[in-house]
Amino acid sequence: MSALSFDAGRLAAHRRRKRVNALALSLSLAAMAFGIFWLLWILFETVWLGLDGLGLQVFTEMTPAPQAEVGGLANAIYGSFLMVLLAALIGTPVGVMAGIYLAEYGQRSWLGRVTQFINDILLSAPSIVIGLFIYSAVVARFKSFSGWAGVLALSLIVIPVVIRQTENMLNLVPHAMREAAYALGTPKWKVILSITLKSVRAGVLTGVLLAVARISGETAPLLFTALSNQFWTADLSQPMASLPVTIFKFAMSPYENWQKLAWAGVFLITLGVLALNIVARVFFRNKH
Amino acid sequence: MDAKVEWPMTDTAKISVRDLNFYYGRFHALKHINMEIPDKKVTAFIGPSGCGKSTLLRTFNRMFELYPEQRAEGQILVDGDNVLDNKHDVSLIRAKVGMVFQKPTPFPMSIYDNIAFGVKLFESLSRVEMDERVEWALKKAALWNEVKDKLGQSGSGLSGGQQQRLCIARGIAIKPEVLLLDEPCSALDPISTGKIEELIDELKSDYTVLIVTHNMQQAARCSDYTAYMYLGDLIEFGPTRELFMKPKKRETEDYITGRFG
Repeated sequence: MSALSFDAGRLAAHRRRKRVNALALSLSLAAMAFGIFWLLWILFETVWLGLDGLGLQVFTEMTPAPQAEVGGLANAIYGSFLMVLLAALIGTPVGVMAGIYLAEYGQRSWLGRVTQFINDILLSAPSIVIGLFIYSAVVARFKSFSGWAGVLALSLIVIPVVIRQTENMLNLVPHAMREAAYALGTPKWKVILSITLKSVRAGVLTGVLLAVARISGETAPLLFTALSNQFWTADLSQPMASLPVTIFKFAMSPYENWQKLAWAGVFLITLGVLALNIVARVFFRNKH
Repeated sequence: MDAKVEWPMTDTAKISVRDLNFYYGRFHALKHINMEIPDKKVTAFIGPSGCGKSTLLRTFNRMFELYPEQRAEGQILVDGDNVLDNKHDVSLIRAKVGMVFQKPTPFPMSIYDNIAFGVKLFESLSRVEMDERVEWALKKAALWNEVKDKLGQSGSGLSGGQQQRLCIARGIAIKPEVLLLDEPCSALDPISTGKIEELIDELKSDYTVLIVTHNMQQAARCSDYTAYMYLGDLIEFGPTRELFMKPKKRETEDYITGRFG
């Protein structure tokens, strides 16, 4: 028998496998095309309508009154930037430290397991729930919408993402690396800071960037907390404008100048989130 | 056990293991081990997988303590001090008893810092002294010529064999007295293995070297004493030549002649 002849049963099975493979491949290609189609449409609309409303005044002028001649999004851009930045600054250390606890200290303790469980719930909690929580805990108590309340709500979204990412990354550090560090007589805190956390810093930073990307588009948590503001303010104890809430308000309005600005805002957020995602990916790839 | 006991056995013993038992949870992994490990010699541990040779090695620097379900009973005297006694600080024990693992594990930092990291834990050296120590350790580990021009580069950019020598250099940089090698060549190609074996031969003039190996030829080539273990028992322990040429126990003979294992 020559090397390349098989019996009929095997050939039939082989042909069947090929057919199943072709079917599975075309189904997944179709699914991908379906997804890409909508995504491209969204991007196209965003760019098309966004560029239309975009101009220098978007960055320099305050949000206008309905049907006003001029106006921009400067206060909303600044408010978004400030609140997202502060939320990341609050959420990152808390998240990283809690992630360290879960991965390095609490693995066998009940406190660790309970924290993990609660964090999983927080991770998938709808952002509107977090908004309402801050509303009742902060806004209702102090009887005022404020930038700080917005920052708190956003950092509550950042924290579980960073916790999960830090924990996952630390769990990926090979055990041999930890043992080698301990074998030199290194104390535990130093093993964590200088060896394990250091070896996954790119991954943790990626998590932070992705969390920032997520909160920069969140509307619901800001709607009940920072509310909005027609004017420029850097005072976080005042209601503060933000891009998502402004978009929400402007896009639903019947005024054409507001609708145009809403599209410009959508364009800016999309661009920002896209840039953050690209930076996160490039950063992560280079370090691994 | 009081510190510094003059012990009555042979004066060349560096480590004395006295009635050592080891448990993984309820599994009894080492059974009543007694042995005297001689100073400034290479002692090899051989035996089939699961015989407890790595487990034994990991008790000498209390490495097992990282895992709460593992525990050791008995005594391991290094220069007369029982390292299993909790009154001894585990960091100081590990500074005295260094360890190199199966897989090379360069730390996420430069080659220079990989060496300096451990030294900084125990000594505060000036920049010049540290440079000298790093050079000394890398020379000792036969790596200096290959890396002297790229000390600032990441340790993970080296080849597997170079990484393993980096780990040995890192271990000896803190000037231990005992060096534990847990299958240090099992992830390496034959040429790198040859280099490490030469290195082991040189290291024994300064250190007491304990090596766990799956490779009997390696044990025969580079050790002065060999211990054969099976299912948690120390079956036979003696000078390597004797153990391989005329083993006293039938089990040892069966293993080294390949009839079993």
